[in-house]
Amino acid sequence: MNWQLVPQKFIDGTLQGGVLALIAIGIVLIYRSSEIFNFAQGHMLMVGAYLTWMFAQIIQNFTDSKGIVLTIAVILAIISAIILGFLIERFALRPMTGQPLLSIILMTLGLSQLFEGLISLGFGVEPLQGFPTVFSSADSFKIPIAPRADGTPIVFLNQLTIPYTRLAAFVVALIACIALILYFRYTDTGLSMRATSENHELARSVGIRVPRVFGLSWAIAGIIATLGGILLASISGVSTSLALVALAAFPAILLGGLESFAGAMLGGVLIGLAQALVQASKLIEVRNSFDIAPYVLLLVVLVFIPEGLFGEKRIERI
Amino acid sequence: MAALRPAGDYDESYIRDMSFLRRPWMNWFTWGVVIIIFLLPFLEIWGLISSANAGYARYTWWMNILNRIAYTIVALQGLNILTGLTGQISLGQAAFMLVGGYISALAMTHWGLPIVITIPLAAIGTGLIGLLFGLPSLRVKGFYLAMATLAAQFIIPWLSRNLWKDYLGGTNGSIVAPVPTIFGYEFSGSTNMFIISFVTLVITSVLFNNMIRTKLGRAFVSVRDNDLAAELLGVNLFSYKLKAFYLAAAFAGIAGALRAHTERGIGTEFNYTLDISVLFLGMLVIGGMGTNLGPFLGAIFVILLDEGAIILGETIAHAFPDQAGALQTSFRPIVFGVTLIIFLIFEPRGLAHRWYLFKAAWRLRPFAR
Repeated sequence: MNWQLVPQKFIDGTLQGGVLALIAIGIVLIYRSSEIFNFAQGHMLMVGAYLTWMFAQIIQNFTDSKGIVLTIAVILAIISAIILGFLIERFALRPMTGQPLLSIILMTLGLSQLFEGLISLGFGVEPLQGFPTVFSSADSFKIPIAPRADGTPIVFLNQLTIPYTRLAAFVVALIACIALILYFRYTDTGLSMRATSENHELARSVGIRVPRVFGLSWAIAGIIATLGGILLASISGVSTSLALVALAAFPAILLGGLESFAGAMLGGVLIGLAQALVQASKLIEVRNSFDIAPYVLLLVVLVFIPEGLFGEKRIERI
Repeated sequence: MAALRPAGDYDESYIRDMSFLRRPWMNWFTWGVVIIIFLLPFLEIWGLISSANAGYARYTWWMNILNRIAYTIVALQGLNILTGLTGQISLGQAAFMLVGGYISALAMTHWGLPIVITIPLAAIGTGLIGLLFGLPSLRVKGFYLAMATLAAQFIIPWLSRNLWKDYLGGTNGSIVAPVPTIFGYEFSGSTNMFIISFVTLVITSVLFNNMIRTKLGRAFVSVRDNDLAAELLGVNLFSYKLKAFYLAAAFAGIAGALRAHTERGIGTEFNYTLDISVLFLGMLVIGGMGTNLGPFLGAIFVILLDEGAIILGETIAHAFPDQAGALQTSFRPIVFGVTLIIFLIFEPRGLAHRWYLFKAAWRLRPFAR
């Protein structure tokens, strides 16, 4: 390990993990209400980022203030994400009710292929420039850390950098996560979603409209995906590879346990940390492994604690 | 499909009861089709078609497609064993193809083995890697297992870029796969490779179709339908699941070896991504999971559709040259995604089921709807 890099990577990982946690929560949300594993979450996220970019390009013609552009673009993107979520639920997943797991997983994979094609048809395959951000990527907190008495630095370049964009992404992700947890615990619709996830028939018999709950959960998942897309895009730009970044959220939810929001958050942060900390290694092979580190961790979790850290232990063992 | 047999069509001997081609005409028909397809590449080899002919470009295009269909069917048969028969979802078939391609290419380059040996070697080696990633199936199933195979889909290509860089190509992402030779004849290009692919396909089809009705195949189906009941009936779950993983990876390895020698190279540069694994699962569902015909129908249908989408994209790209890059690539995922969604909603049992219905309707005409 290159210990001088570790504190900086620790910060980077935690901040990146926050965004992963938000994506993971979107997947957990849909799983909890309808027991569907949404492999299309990454592509919904990508669609959200592209829509925000498109709206921002349109609004830039009318005003110069970056804050206003971003606000209106985000609001418009979230409204379209809600509509998209409802449409997906109504036309793709409601006909699949009662089908086996594989068919439903394949349906979400088919949706993701469709989104990928539509996005590259509408916006081209090249990464897009000019995503509206409030902070530039150079703006950052710099925390100076004095070197040791003999002059060797404790951290690389004697300072820790916390970029504003990453910090803002982490804070937004954290607020969204907490808001969702509160929503599920204290509101009627949140409670009815939890009831539906437990038992569809019982939920119907106490007067919950199950199809509406499904639609609502997809709409909320769309909002979360769009938020995640905006946050990721403000860090790394708008491109079709955003969908692949989001796949790392799956190891996060397995690590945290499928049913638990808190678990998904912790899992996201841990995956982010794993991705960042391997980059502090001195071996180039280990440094390169940052994009598979989540999956190695995933295999370890599957073999040793398949129910995850906070999951319910009702996983079907064989 | 014994269930759809017309009334009065009895089996008069045990041999006929057990045979796939129950009537002499079926026998003649099947062998006729197999021989005609087998003879297609010889049109060029014997000089009946050459670059001087008008239809030569179209001929090579079709041979290229046929070769792709042949090795895709082999990979799909493997996936059909694992997902269709045993019910274990695999998102890693493309990664196993990568392993098979590497094994065959390396064995041929460094040991000078002929392709008749490297293909079985690729099957055995890839199967062992498949076993490794099948190990989590000891403890988990369903979605969790899908995640384990997803891990394989990411870890295997990464390893191929970062381990044994002298042999696996390192950051280049590819190594050269040599031209296979048998008795001094060089099988270069799709037209020649189609001979090898097609012979392999015939062998794997015979193996697959017979495997389904042995103890092994029936045990697979019982694991899929109800694993607890299967275990009570004396099916060792773990061992049969691992066998399914082994066979699926082995078939993928064969397909990967064929693809590597056709494309003359193997590595992550040659597109063995998650999208390809998803494409395989989609093909299997569109063709019909767990059926003999499924891999054939699915591969033919989806690959032809894929080519249609490419032609459509290029036609439109001619009309709008400023958008050419986006138009050429974006129709393939759209067409595939829409087809998959339509099939999942309206015909989840796939084209094979449609084909059986059509056969029954044909027999019952004019009374069928």
